[in-house]
Amino acid sequence: MTNSYNDANVLIDVRDLKKQFGDHVVLNGINTQIRKGEVVVIIGPSGSGKSTFLRSLNLLEIPTSGEILFEGVNITDPNTDINVHRQKMGMVFQQFNLFPNMTVKKNITLAPVKLKKMTQDEADKRAMELLTRVGLPEKADAYPQMLSGGQKQRVAIARALAMGPDVMLFDEPTSALDPEMVGEVLTIMKELALSGMTMVVVTHEMGFAKEVGSRMIFIDEGVIMEENSPKEFFENPKNQRLKDFLSKVL
Amino acid sequence: MDKFINDLYQVFVYDNNYLYFVRGIRVTLLVTVLSLILGLVIGVVVAIIRASHDLQSPNHMNPVLGFFNIICKIYLTVIRGTPTMVQLLIMWFVVFASARSTDANLIRSAVLAFGINSGAYIAEIVRSGIMSIEKGQMEAGRSLGLTYVSTMKSVIIPQAFKNILPALGNEFITLLKETSIVTVIGLKDLTKGAMIIQGNTYQALVPFLAIALIYLALVMIIVKIMGVIERRLRVSDKQL
Repeated sequence: MTNSYNDANVLIDVRDLKKQFGDHVVLNGINTQIRKGEVVVIIGPSGSGKSTFLRSLNLLEIPTSGEILFEGVNITDPNTDINVHRQKMGMVFQQFNLFPNMTVKKNITLAPVKLKKMTQDEADKRAMELLTRVGLPEKADAYPQMLSGGQKQRVAIARALAMGPDVMLFDEPTSALDPEMVGEVLTIMKELALSGMTMVVVTHEMGFAKEVGSRMIFIDEGVIMEENSPKEFFENPKNQRLKDFLSKVL
Repeated sequence: MDKFINDLYQVFVYDNNYLYFVRGIRVTLLVTVLSLILGLVIGVVVAIIRASHDLQSPNHMNPVLGFFNIICKIYLTVIRGTPTMVQLLIMWFVVFASARSTDANLIRSAVLAFGINSGAYIAEIVRSGIMSIEKGQMEAGRSLGLTYVSTMKSVIIPQAFKNILPALGNEFITLLKETSIVTVIGLKDLTKGAMIIQGNTYQALVPFLAIALIYLALVMIIVKIMGVIERRLRVSDKQL
């Protein structure tokens, strides 16, 4: 697969992405590119298709048509081994989805060890480094049940980072949290952004978007209605639907 | 009183009759445990096929999976729709028709019959366990790059297993008691032992009461073991 854009900085190239559930069109032709080091924030009303779009990027949702090129490889091609590429795309879910029957440390080391990226010893060491990074080294041997929502999400971020991903996908990472726990997760995400990680974030946290977002995308009715720098996006929105949306959420 | 003691003597001591019980327990346990293992293997495989088929997105049905799903459904229908005793009779007198009537062959055919039979029930138990695990667990595993099978094995099945343990214990108990029908093919299990003693001593009360108590004791031991396993698996449920 050749990349017609010939831009070495393009990490994910989305071309005319469409997704239908039966007769219901969720994504109706999405075109965009995610470049290395970018923090792309996606907002939109509920049911707009923003989560489906994010979940399409690592094929948790299989697109009906269109192409997604990740690091130059067409991952929507059925002959591509998606498992190899998913290792380079970390994902953080709204509901955390930690493995409840495993300790925090085991949650983090499972994939690197199973996929033979590291030995158990190396993975354990890496897990402790990551837990320190998210501020939870003392929880290594705890089970997810014993953690607060914010702590669970921080562990989930550490778990995704353990595979050494090139991009992190966040699907409304703070929406299931009690308000007082949102901050601790956003802080970790900001640090991650500052460290140069490429991030695609679906969120309702406009403060986060303004502060660390490098580009904003507004999705509604399955298409990108507006795409701009955070400053322009918030101060000078052009699309009428975006104006309406912003007036409701800001 | 003297008569009762004499009865006990006749049933247990006379002619080393107690050996019928000892050997009977051994055969009953052997058939039960081997059948359970076979049933678990069949059950887990069938359950994974059935659950994987049911959990597919309706837009992307895998035809190969669909084919195996139909095979599994036929298996479940036939096995659950016919009496276990009939299955056992067919296994021994039809499938094993040319086998010599040795204990080893009888046990083999009994294990096959009961294993295939309980596999059908275990399959549905395991399937309910798999379906009870949130879909986010599979997504989390897949998002890390683990394959479907690997996620099933390391993430889904262990959680499902914990949830279905009480139902599996039930199946274990049912199986233990149901093996008593091997008497119809002449395998000398616990029940057959009591029947032989009845034939030799013309006594019914003591031998049958004795095996009833032995079955009860075995079941209580199984319940105890399942309780210990359940408690072990529950460590991760601890709250703060």
